[in-house]
Amino acid sequence: MAFTDEQLERYSRQILLKEVGGAGQKKIAAAKVFLIGAGGLGSPSALYLASAGVGTLGIIDDDVVDLSNLQRQILHSTKTINHSKVESAEETISKMNPDVKVNKYTGRLNSENILDIIKDYDFILDGSDNFPTRFLVNDACFFLKKTLISGSIFRFEGQLTTLRPHNVENGPVPCYRCLYPEPPPPGLVPSCQEAGVLGVLAGTIGIMQAAEALKEILGIGESLAGRLLIYDALDMSFRRVRVPKNPNCHLCGPKPTIHELLDYEISCTMPSPG
Amino acid sequence: MSEDAKADVKLDLSGVMCPMNFVKTKLQLEEMDEGQILEVIIDEGEPVRNVPRSVKAEGHKVLELEEVPDGHYRLVIEKADV
Ligand SMILES: [Zn+2]
Repeated sequence: MAFTDEQLERYSRQILLKEVGGAGQKKIAAAKVFLIGAGGLGSPSALYLASAGVGTLGIIDDDVVDLSNLQRQILHSTKTINHSKVESAEETISKMNPDVKVNKYTGRLNSENILDIIKDYDFILDGSDNFPTRFLVNDACFFLKKTLISGSIFRFEGQLTTLRPHNVENGPVPCYRCLYPEPPPPGLVPSCQEAGVLGVLAGTIGIMQAAEALKEILGIGESLAGRLLIYDALDMSFRRVRVPKNPNCHLCGPKPTIHELLDYEISCTMPSPG
Repeated sequence: MSEDAKADVKLDLSGVMCPMNFVKTKLQLEEMDEGQILEVIIDEGEPVRNVPRSVKAEGHKVLELEEVPDGHYRLVIEKADV
């Protein structure tokens, strides 16, 4: 595959990087990245991955654009309110970089469809807003040996980690269940619509997910696998804490008890007062 | 080195601005083997100040840089193992 002059110019500032070059740009063009959610985290991830020239972006979302999304979901605009998020996402991405192939999936991931949907992608970025999806995605990525870059935001704080328990070249590294064995019971944590968040935080974390993805594609730098990055926008502080593999993990441990995908109940309800 | 150094590949990058002239030089070098010689023609001014420096920064060897007619420069590079 050769680049056109237009492509060389578009990507020149990263081809100039010694760690990228023409060979790296080809890897980026050949990469297939799957984004879970075209929301706060998926928006900046998608835009920067697309601008970097990632050849194929798969995006799943079952929602339509709502006015209240626009404070942080920068793939969408006032013009696309009430449009399907994946349609709106594709429109924005192709306007910015027509080189990128966008595969759209409308609907929700579940134990029946997830393996088939993500099996052809190299890297998965989780930007979902609920625990059942996070556990489902983690388990599916574990079974398929896919590298998962997980981001989450809440109020003024964001978290980021890379999960690739199948890759032990630098020693054992955890899966999501090593950090959080089970989803919290529905109603215990505010999720989805109830949680407040500083919109710009979605940008910070989503862009760092994209940065991790590009490093994985290029095979450069030090991966965040085995570490959790915690960002506090109020203090403007980053903490990087070690997260070891749980030797008794029910999924990735030596004596697993989870052998198939599970559907947990999705709940967006806050605990009822009293 | 003689006037007509035996270049394995020649690239005419006259009229090509920074940084595209270096991008094209770099991509050509990526395709070549260690020890092979690349000759590029670049413009005077910014290109002749920047391209040789960037080539050296990537670890390659600049064998020759000489002015040729029409305000161009001939840059001869030996590809290093990088
Ligand atoms: Zn685990």
